[in-house]
Amino acid sequence: MFEIKNLNASIQDKQILKDFNLKVNPGEVHAIMGPNGSGKSTLAHVCAGREEYEISSGSVGLDGINLLDLEPEERAVRGLFLAFQYPVEIPGVASMTFLKSALSAHYKFNGKKELTIPEFMKLIKEKSNSLNISDDMIKRPLNVGFSGGEKKRNEVLQMTLLEPKICILDETDSGLDIDALRLVANGVNLLRSKERSFVVITHYQRLLDYIEPDFVHIMADGKIIETGDKNLALDLEKTGYNDYIEKDI
Amino acid sequence: MPAIKETVEQVLDIDVDNYKYGWSTDLESERAPKGLSKDVIKFISNKKEEPEWMLEWRYDAYERFLTMKEPDWAKVSYPRMDLNDIYYYSAPKNTEGPESLDEIDPEILKTYEKLGIPLKEQEFLAGIKNNIAVDAVFDSVSVVTTFKEKLAEVGIIFCPISEAIKEHPDLVKKYISSVVPKSDNYYAALNSAVFTDGSFVYIPPNVRCPMELSTYFRINDVNTGQFERTLIIADKGSYVSYLEGCTAPKRDENQLHAAVVELVALEDAEIKYSTVQNWYPGNSEGIGGIYNFVTKRGDCRGDRSKISWTQVETGSAITWKYPSCILRGDGSSGEFYSIAISNAFQQIDSGTKMVHLGKNTTSKIISKGISAGKSSNAYRGLVSSHKKAENARNFTQCDSLLIGNNCSAHTVPYIESKNKSSIFEHEATTSKISDDQIFYCCQRGIGKEDAIALIVNGFCKEVLQKLPMEFAVEAQKLIGISLEGSVG
Repeated sequence: MFEIKNLNASIQDKQILKDFNLKVNPGEVHAIMGPNGSGKSTLAHVCAGREEYEISSGSVGLDGINLLDLEPEERAVRGLFLAFQYPVEIPGVASMTFLKSALSAHYKFNGKKELTIPEFMKLIKEKSNSLNISDDMIKRPLNVGFSGGEKKRNEVLQMTLLEPKICILDETDSGLDIDALRLVANGVNLLRSKERSFVVITHYQRLLDYIEPDFVHIMADGKIIETGDKNLALDLEKTGYNDYIEKDI
Repeated sequence: MPAIKETVEQVLDIDVDNYKYGWSTDLESERAPKGLSKDVIKFISNKKEEPEWMLEWRYDAYERFLTMKEPDWAKVSYPRMDLNDIYYYSAPKNTEGPESLDEIDPEILKTYEKLGIPLKEQEFLAGIKNNIAVDAVFDSVSVVTTFKEKLAEVGIIFCPISEAIKEHPDLVKKYISSVVPKSDNYYAALNSAVFTDGSFVYIPPNVRCPMELSTYFRINDVNTGQFERTLIIADKGSYVSYLEGCTAPKRDENQLHAAVVELVALEDAEIKYSTVQNWYPGNSEGIGGIYNFVTKRGDCRGDRSKISWTQVETGSAITWKYPSCILRGDGSSGEFYSIAISNAFQQIDSGTKMVHLGKNTTSKIISKGISAGKSSNAYRGLVSSHKKAENARNFTQCDSLLIGNNCSAHTVPYIESKNKSSIFEHEATTSKISDDQIFYCCQRGIGKEDAIALIVNGFCKEVLQKLPMEFAVEAQKLIGISLEGSVG
């Protein structure tokens, strides 16, 4: 289970998250929507362990362990995955090499025997086919010169390989055309299972047509102000955020 | 921002003290009297049982040296060394002229074993290690050279230079100082006067050397300078690949290493020279470490000859070296591939010279500088073409990578073209490993240090690929170790 309790976080003395609470049971998909500046991306980065943020109180629990006590890489191997809004370019490092390093770190932590190169190649081939990722793309330096769609597909490929318990998707739909969006959403849907949960951060209802959420939360000014089912997202699309924000005040 | 603050803090308490070759071996040694004088030169020459002409040659170098000044144009600063406070000769007792491995002090064998350098031919023959012939130089003497007999079968001479002076005087006389003149520079002149040992290689015409040749230099004794001299001659149509490695114990005093390496490639010959330099870099406060003042130069003397330098520089407190190529023969080519990593208080001023003299000569320079800690890392290079050098062609790429906020990278390229047909290209980039890149790697489960090593290895992949395969993996690991503790 993934549970965020009374989380308060600030950056450069500006408080962003204010007593934020969220509970995600295994297998659930939670969508978080909200206007610009409501703290959605901060939430994702604080959970993953980005260092710029000052955390004054609260906890982020994954199966009973407070992730806030751990280094980012320790959180990752315990099953937290963040699909970046802006995947980072790493020149000179082939995607393949990067994937192998990441997978090795996970296997090492879980006490699993490292894959041989042929085994690894087979696994990659299998996983990349469904995401329409070419061999060529895997050989290129990580994210360098990738199109927006390629970058996001690559994020989903990594998610597929690393088999996390909790996936946080930070505006994965941004910069995607409709075909790429379908491909990415399809990749995510293939990963849905009874054990794995998702927090999908997005501005638009559109993504939720493809990744159907169990819960939709509206976030404003650092906390959740409204929770509902998928119809909340549809209503929101019609009315906009203002109705909800004003109601809250 | 906290992330940057943390990085700075981490860099401040950097620990380069994890140099793993920092131990020393307790051995009784025989030394020359301290200091530099004609008597000391004579002592060295006597120890090496050199012929009279060699002693005269040394005296001549010494006379020239006395008129020269230590160069100060490099971007390095250090307190000048008192040259009279150094031992110019130090040899483990009872190691002069060992005939076989059985006669070598077991302590020395253990030293090399601990360094991971294979000296036992049986291991090679049993296929345990790759085929590499090794000349092991310990302080001022060569303690053993492996595979000499096997190489001699195809006419290759691979032996300590002290032995070559006695056994092959004609070759030595013909080629020594023909590439690096005695008075080329201050350190080269000093080396010529007091050099103690090093390797000599001669590859006869049309012979492709069947194995990697290598020399491992180890400074063990206190207050000792190491002045090695290496001379490699590749006769017409021959090929040789050579690798040198270097380590030294941790000591608080700075120690001097002033080597001279000369390469001669005749018609259609090719020499590939690789260096993995891992001298003691000093501690996290910048105390101790080797002063590495080295003159390396290759002469593409014959038409269509080729010389290629590959270096991985991770050690030394101060590095001052410019492995160069004189492209004398028509159609000859020179290459320089370099990875120079500086951490803590290390200072590097390194690069190359490509001097185009012949027609249709080509050269290529790929330099990757990585600075971390409070280090300074400068690339200094010269590409020049002579009036008669028709169609000279050079491509240079200099990339610098910065880690943290307290280090510096400098690029000082000189280009001199005296022929209108020359085409010289220069590309340069400077980048920094960003917190975003490290965070991205960490989020995928890769630890910070591994993330840096991954990114840096990616950055210098082009050069790593040029190393002999046996050493590429070793070099990759070394890069990881050198940068440990460089980022928070």
